[in-house]
Amino acid sequence: MNNINNRSRVVITGVGIASPNGNNLPEFRNAILNGISGIELKEIRYMGKWPAGICKFDEYKYQSKKARRRGTRAGAISIYCANEAIVDSKLPWAAVDKSRLGVYLGITEHGNVETENEIFELHQNNLNVDFWSHHHNPRTVANNPAGEVTLNLGITGPHYTLGAACAAGNVGLINACQMLQLGEIDFALAGGVSESTNTFGIFAAFKAQGALAFHEMPSLASRPLDITRNGIVISEGGAILTLERLEDAIKRNAKIYGEIVGYHINSDSTDFVLPNAQRQMDCIMKAISMAKISVNDIDIISLHATGTESGDIIECEAVGTLFNTSNKVNINGMKDLIGHTMGASGALELAGNLPSFTDGLVHPFTNIKELEQKCIIKGLVINGPIKREVNYILNNSFGMLGINSTLIVKKY
Amino acid sequence: MTQEEVRQVVVDIIADIAPDEDLKNLKDDIALREQLELDSMDFLDIVMELRKKYKIEVPPEDYPKLATLGSCVQYLSPKLVN
Repeated sequence: MNNINNRSRVVITGVGIASPNGNNLPEFRNAILNGISGIELKEIRYMGKWPAGICKFDEYKYQSKKARRRGTRAGAISIYCANEAIVDSKLPWAAVDKSRLGVYLGITEHGNVETENEIFELHQNNLNVDFWSHHHNPRTVANNPAGEVTLNLGITGPHYTLGAACAAGNVGLINACQMLQLGEIDFALAGGVSESTNTFGIFAAFKAQGALAFHEMPSLASRPLDITRNGIVISEGGAILTLERLEDAIKRNAKIYGEIVGYHINSDSTDFVLPNAQRQMDCIMKAISMAKISVNDIDIISLHATGTESGDIIECEAVGTLFNTSNKVNINGMKDLIGHTMGASGALELAGNLPSFTDGLVHPFTNIKELEQKCIIKGLVINGPIKREVNYILNNSFGMLGINSTLIVKKY
Repeated sequence: MTQEEVRQVVVDIIADIAPDEDLKNLKDDIALREQLELDSMDFLDIVMELRKKYKIEVPPEDYPKLATLGSCVQYLSPKLVN
């Protein structure tokens, strides 16, 4: 069993956000506390209009037009979030050894958008591959979003993405944490990103699966845990956090959002798409064990809760079973306001909860009008934010092929 | 097309490829790469745009003929008949 007390302590010292309802943490926090939705109708190639979460940040705040033209939307989101996180961290950038800085970004998928665009163009040109872009390969290699960050910022340390379906945001943070504990790097830009709203294939596949949400009012389309929920709203987004070892953060007198005290990743080994409550419980308990705390210490659980029939029920079964005895846990989720930001969701939803340590508020679910019977668990936050002291946040993120991830952050 | 129009075709393509650059004072007899931040991928973009917009095929052995604005005009004028 891993024991984090034998490892270096790792803290979060900066946050960069691109969310459908906020371009930085204060905006985002305000939106989720006040029920401001980022979901709108978007024209999807071949499919008409569907609810989706689109980010509104300025792509050119940190990137040239030429670099944007050559790169990808996922790269642009990553560059924006990475720069925002560095600014927020107040790291003395000019003095930083860029070879000791790592970039670790979780992705659900990458390359679908660019490949679909090229095939569309191919069909406009009588299937003549002479029109296939020479930019296709650098745009679609799996490390693209993280690589664009290093090109933009002159980072010469390691960079890669972590493909972990919709658990990827947490997985990016966990990988960065491990690299800091191994001493491979001194500073990490880590989290997750997604550009999935620009690929019709993901919309079409969820539709074929009967898991693509729709509602005439886009803001009501994503309704995790509600009895009338009818699937996932696909969103783009990004969250990149700066992580560093506690002693380094103290040395430079950095603002500390929280300390990563526990994490775990495991596999269901049971189904391509259906989740597994027992494996989710195992994952949560191993993270809690690593943090050397008990279920009764957790103050906030941020659910993965995507709004699918089985996903919500199985997660509530897992969480309800484990936390039934807790008298203080509060349970929330964010996808009703921002949709499912796929590879970004784990990191984005964690980031949105971090201010709870200082503002003493727990954001609610916004779109639950009638709770699904099988999702009735103790501690759900439904009717507006709750004011309380928060010391531990537990963040769940799960993905297809049966990947589960749990991350626990402690108030510092 | 007049030579001036052919020149404008090339400048418009470069404006798309290098949108951050100021193209007002481009010299016709100095290599484009000496005046602008253009790399080999950008030159492939110029070739691609000529193919897409004007159905002009530039074989790799002719790439050096796109080195300056002047050589572009000279090379492309017979191909841009309209």
